[in-house]
Amino acid sequence: MAERFEVVVVGAGPAGLAAALTLARAGVEVIVFERGEHPGSKNVMGGVLYRHPTEAVVPGFYHQAPLERPVVEQRLWLLTGEAALTLGYKDMVFAGEPFNAFTVLRARFDRWLADQAVAAGALLINETVVEDLLWENERVVGVRTGREGGDVRAEVVVLAEGANSLLTQKAGLKPDGINTNQLAVAVKEIIALPREKIEDRFNLEEGQGCTIELLGEATKGMLGTAFIYTNKDSLSVGVGVLLASLVRRRLNPNDLLEHLKSHPMVRSLLAGGESKEYQGHLIPEGGYQAVPKLYGNGVLVVGDAAMLVNGVHREGSNLALTSGLLAARTILAAREKGDYSEANLAPYRRALEESFVLKDLKKYQGASFFFDQNPQFFTLYPGLLSRAAREFLTVDNVPKRAKQKRILREITAARSRFQIARDLYSLWRVMG
Amino acid sequence: MLQMVVCVKQVPDTAEVRINPRTNTLVRAGVPAILNPYDAHAVEAAVQLKEKYGGQVTALSMGPPQAEEVLRRALGMGADRAILLSDRAFAGSDTLATSYILAAAIRAIDRETPVDLVFCGKQAIDGDTAQVGPGIAARLGFTQLTYVMAIDGVDLEKRQIQVQRKLEDKREVIRGRLPALLTVVKDLNELRYASLPALIRAARATITTWSKDDLDLDPASIGLKGSPTSVRRIFAPPARPGGELIPGEPRQAAAILVAKLVQTKIIADK
Repeated sequence: MAERFEVVVVGAGPAGLAAALTLARAGVEVIVFERGEHPGSKNVMGGVLYRHPTEAVVPGFYHQAPLERPVVEQRLWLLTGEAALTLGYKDMVFAGEPFNAFTVLRARFDRWLADQAVAAGALLINETVVEDLLWENERVVGVRTGREGGDVRAEVVVLAEGANSLLTQKAGLKPDGINTNQLAVAVKEIIALPREKIEDRFNLEEGQGCTIELLGEATKGMLGTAFIYTNKDSLSVGVGVLLASLVRRRLNPNDLLEHLKSHPMVRSLLAGGESKEYQGHLIPEGGYQAVPKLYGNGVLVVGDAAMLVNGVHREGSNLALTSGLLAARTILAAREKGDYSEANLAPYRRALEESFVLKDLKKYQGASFFFDQNPQFFTLYPGLLSRAAREFLTVDNVPKRAKQKRILREITAARSRFQIARDLYSLWRVMG
Repeated sequence: MLQMVVCVKQVPDTAEVRINPRTNTLVRAGVPAILNPYDAHAVEAAVQLKEKYGGQVTALSMGPPQAEEVLRRALGMGADRAILLSDRAFAGSDTLATSYILAAAIRAIDRETPVDLVFCGKQAIDGDTAQVGPGIAARLGFTQLTYVMAIDGVDLEKRQIQVQRKLEDKREVIRGRLPALLTVVKDLNELRYASLPALIRAARATITTWSKDDLDLDPASIGLKGSPTSVRRIFAPPARPGGELIPGEPRQAAAILVAKLVQTKIIADK
């Protein structure tokens, strides 16, 4: 006799746990399967958690959850070989309640979130891989795990299995195989540093945090970003680029990370740090067009498995949490009717369309393709901007007007005014 | 039918523990807790005996409420019930006080149904003392069988158990009278891959918690008060001196090696 639950959730990341927690609170019998040793052990998310969407799942979470530092400053660095053009925003409003974002270490945060779900009545089964879906009359009726006596029957299965979404493919909701244009690969290192050092180096008051996003040379000009996030007594340092670019350039993500760490602007921030952990992971960055069919008879897809990542704004955990929450609400509505067929789960897609989740993905739907087709934004322009800044700031008794002319000449020699105008216009079209 | 108790301990995953070089104490902050690896083999041994002879396995742990997690692990491996001894008054107990409290709990279980066998891991990987198991056996007056690497069998009629003990360079086969306490090494068995129904049962199980008031205890013998041990210093043993690497072509290197072995009289000169 197979075990029976109302809902099976596959994957204990933010998306799956948000769904499980919401369902368990409503009194639904829910079981969560996690393939890792415990929730959080299998992921690499750089570590920014946003307050607003997280509170929708756990109100007041920041009073108890294991968080690293509230983010008071975000910096953007455009790197060239030996220089950086920097932009930043720091706001002390972000230092106190209700906060905007926090850096987190997912191994701790996910475990805590799972504890909340378990306390609400969800069952969590770790170290168990869901290998297949159970079908009956063209509807999903449960899952098959890799353990003895491993079948579990359910009214509905929530797929929160992450970027490598084999079950979503098996459910026929997503084309088979890996599309290297839709997946980014991210590698990250946790580098231990004493907290005073972090606060000194990043100009932070006690307990506060900052994030740095790096473009240009940080990814060797490939479509992607690198990041440095401040934790309590460590830094999360990583780089993520489109799998297709890596393959095309025959580059290895580890070399990319080493390249980043040795950059003079980055090196000094990490100096004396001890590398504690190294992780690699896939990030679904296919955008709006790559979002699979999100529901079927007895099945829903949430989080990374549903390609819900906003690569432009490096947001993911908020989309994951929100999708889990909306999936749970859809299930609760279907439960009222006692019918989990496709028609009753379809409102999930509509709820996502009406929320920021799919609205944002739709806004940037052309971005990935655009930047791939127009590499000048990551290769040519950072260098031009950097050289212009160098020229302008070098005091050598050349009159400023002459300097401006020289800068303009250099820029237009590299790219015509017409091309630049076209680039700016199309950039605005894609991003605006 | 065998009534069995397995003592399990929640320990920090030593793969991730560091020692603070200034204070010489373990840095436990943020280190994940796991079931002491030797204890996992103790649970497996008890469950295997249950499968062979019938009976009941009770997993017993002393620790903070979070220690529930290792008890659930034991339940997933096939233990029938779990008891957590948790009380602020137990905090700071050394091996003397800990074995006193665990023995009192086993006595309480024994009053319900007489206990035949108690299992412990040979030692916990955090403190490495290997004292609690023998301490319990001494207090209960049970036969003490340490470093067990094989259980040959139990004779229920004669109330005897035969085991093999792992010694430095040999194994010792001995027979002991029940009730007995066994401390086990990893060679004893292979851990099972728990079935899904067992894991679900474990996740659902309610774990009984006993506080100091549930046991017959002398307040002076528990917690810090009952713990005469004080830790002066914890340190990693000095690294063994590195070996010598003999460079060069295999033929030459072998010749040098042989010469050295002859010189140190490890092999005879011919």
